[in-house]
Amino acid sequence: MDFRTDRKRVDGLGSAKDGTEHHWKMTLSSWGLLILIPLFIFTFGSTLGSDYETAVAVYSRPFPAIVAILTLVVGWMHFKGGVQVLIEDYTHGSTRTTLIVITTCLSYAAAVAGTFAIVSIAL
Amino acid sequence: MADVNRGNRPLSPHLGIYKPQLTSLTSILTRITGNALLLAALMIVWWFVALASGPEAFATATWWITSFVGDLIMLGSAWALWYHTLAGIRHLYWDSGRGLEMETAEKLGKAVIIGSFVLTLLTIIVV
Repeated sequence: MDFRTDRKRVDGLGSAKDGTEHHWKMTLSSWGLLILIPLFIFTFGSTLGSDYETAVAVYSRPFPAIVAILTLVVGWMHFKGGVQVLIEDYTHGSTRTTLIVITTCLSYAAAVAGTFAIVSIAL
Repeated sequence: MADVNRGNRPLSPHLGIYKPQLTSLTSILTRITGNALLLAALMIVWWFVALASGPEAFATATWWITSFVGDLIMLGSAWALWYHTLAGIRHLYWDSGRGLEMETAEKLGKAVIIGSFVLTLLTIIVV
């Protein structure tokens, strides 16, 4: 007699072992970006094209700097997840692995470079 | 026996067989806009790194980003960003189990397309 519940009997037997984590991360980051993107578009957009002194002055202020850092970090992590699904849908084998490694490295590098730049402007 | 009906079976769904519809078009555009934003995102990071590096690097970056081609990329990306944002809201709404009826999905698709152009126009005016 098996006293385990139906759920317990099949738990961990799926081929992927996980699956909801990726969707949850994309959902969470999309909610974050929903707030950040409009704030970023209007703070960054109005600064783009201005001269050096003005741009430095804008990003020395806490609000534009914090919005920009959050947008870059959350945005690049959202891109990392999204582009991974794109790669998984259209490529296979070692091409898939290579592309996922490249885009993951690129996402972290870009997010960190942007963050480092904004912090050094602000401080 | 199993081959009796070969060639006369219903075809499996495939992109080359389906007629393009508003729902499929707005779906693939979500993916295209999201991934195409890579270019503008890299240019924005470049802009910040240049700003941190000093006036000379900043002048070079600004020149490229506000050049004719740069402006075109930024304008296209502003639309792509608004489109992807609105399409994303539609996905969040769908995830809640609502709005999946064909009629509603089509209406939401139209709203996403129109909304993306309205918000892009608003961005051009405000920024």
